[in-house]
Amino acid sequence: MNAPLKLGLKQRYSLLTSGLDWTPSYQPFEKIYPYAEFEGIKIHDWSKWEDPFRLTMDAYWKFQAEKERKLYAVLDSFAQNNGQMNLSDVRYVNALKLFLTGVSPLEYQAHRGFAHVGRHVPGVGPRIAAQMQSLDELRHVQTQVHTLSHYNKFFDGFSEFRHMHDRVWYLSVPKSFFDDARTAGPFEYFIAIGFAFEYVLTNLLFVPFMSGAAYNGDLATVTFGFSAQSDESRHMTLGIEVIKFLLEQDPGNLPIVQKWVDKWFWRGHRVLGLVAMMMDYMLPKKIMSWREAWEIYFTEAGGSLFEDLARYGLKVPKYADVATAEADHLSHQNWATFYQYCHAAGFHTWLPSAEEMDWLSEKYPTTFDKYYRPRFEMWAEMEKEGKRFYNNALPQLCSVCQIPMVYTEHGDHGATSFRVSDYKGEKYHTCSDGCKDIFDGEPEKYSQAWLPVHQIFQGNCGGAGLEDVLKWYKLNLGADNLQQAGSPDQKLWDEWMAAKDKVAG
Amino acid sequence: MPRIVSITLQNTDDARPIIAAITADNPGARINAMPGIVKIDRDDSLTVRRASVEDRLGRVWDPQEIHLSIVSMAGNLDEDDDYFNLSWS
Ligand SMILES: [Fe+2]
Ligand SMILES: [Fe+2]
Ligand SMILES: [Zn+2]
Repeated sequence: MNAPLKLGLKQRYSLLTSGLDWTPSYQPFEKIYPYAEFEGIKIHDWSKWEDPFRLTMDAYWKFQAEKERKLYAVLDSFAQNNGQMNLSDVRYVNALKLFLTGVSPLEYQAHRGFAHVGRHVPGVGPRIAAQMQSLDELRHVQTQVHTLSHYNKFFDGFSEFRHMHDRVWYLSVPKSFFDDARTAGPFEYFIAIGFAFEYVLTNLLFVPFMSGAAYNGDLATVTFGFSAQSDESRHMTLGIEVIKFLLEQDPGNLPIVQKWVDKWFWRGHRVLGLVAMMMDYMLPKKIMSWREAWEIYFTEAGGSLFEDLARYGLKVPKYADVATAEADHLSHQNWATFYQYCHAAGFHTWLPSAEEMDWLSEKYPTTFDKYYRPRFEMWAEMEKEGKRFYNNALPQLCSVCQIPMVYTEHGDHGATSFRVSDYKGEKYHTCSDGCKDIFDGEPEKYSQAWLPVHQIFQGNCGGAGLEDVLKWYKLNLGADNLQQAGSPDQKLWDEWMAAKDKVAG
Repeated sequence: MPRIVSITLQNTDDARPIIAAITADNPGARINAMPGIVKIDRDDSLTVRRASVEDRLGRVWDPQEIHLSIVSMAGNLDEDDDYFNLSWS
């Protein structure tokens, strides 16, 4: 008698998916998959889909359970040992506030989006992969909320993250990014999130920033970050498989896919400006500059990727060169904006110290001393004279990325960059050629955007005064907002450090 | 320009034998340590071999266990019972 042979991985995976689908007999195909064709994508043979991560359900549950066990053991001991007291500096906590209010709700949006796609794509392989990813994304938001709830016990700015995400002016930048993707068709969603965001761009968010968390003593965040990121390799692989599959199936798919790649690369680049600022300005101990991260994760990794995809005729995203040039300016322009508007933000800001400015000069030799150091030094002077500068004018927003018009012209850094489109007798402003192209491609969609500043002026945000709007945001005035110096967070931290010194003698 | 494949693993007890196996099996691999993680780059392709990890670990190792340690990767993936390979075509 022969013992039954163990099946190989490839066989096991094909047994998982094969035969799961059937040809409908009493309902027409279009009624079962109502979103499958309107985007113009043509698929001839779904059986050509190959999932490179051949994860069967039993293995999936086993590995995910193991990841959770490890993560929660760390969180528990972080809380037990008051890990928050071992941070490099309390300023770091502000990056976590931005993460929880701006990024974690996107994980939930990704969960919803992949659940939708997992229902509506008419191929069994990608449906299974999308369903697994949908569960992963739900895990990500849950573990992030659990982890950061520990910080909420001590620090301001965390407690109303969900309420804030749907209302606060700068949070509309990441929120609208995912709203835009989720209101697109299933194939565009796949390219937007799976390919452009997860494959091309999320390394920039999760890898150097989480490594920075490790460097700044935040054991809890680094652990949820890398636990989430361990799922991300699977998501990235799905993203690259989707794009190859669409391009292989029909030559007519190429122009549609290229347009999506261009659009979502630019949208993603704009959102990641928040991360640029977190890395260059908000990590007390710095790990690498945004410019260096961009070189590694976009120029080098993206370069190899797009060379590989060139065999299908796909080109490097339009305006990738502009995005690369902007890497020398992005973090400085964003931090300067938040410095001026932190009376209306749910986290604190500060001016870079003399040593930090030297680090920035070294990392940005062609731009920092020329454009940004003088501005920070002037503001430092003003602070000394008791005239801390707050900007009280509501800024104009880009109709696509929703970022205030704070960026400068590509190649002329004394001029504000903005573009204008006309649509049905109205003018719409965008921040760049990238955003203008996106607006002009779908003006009906973007002309309906919920722009925070417009909404304030229309009286939809709690009232006409700043205090009314902040109350509507559920922003706790004098605690959640304003400068780091003088904040309740800083006071608490100083007390902790004084107590430590006392013990140390 | 050579096309670079890359794998990033956590710098943990579980991952160190995998990092050591990759280093031994892939001449020319470039190891970059960052806080908490190790990023390994190589031109064109990179393979993690089951047998080689098992030698270092002293127990049976399923290449899918890499899911517990991986942080990021770049390249087209081919995965089977005996290896985990990244390459550009
Ligand atoms: Fe996620
Ligand atoms: Fe993901
Ligand atoms: Zn814009």
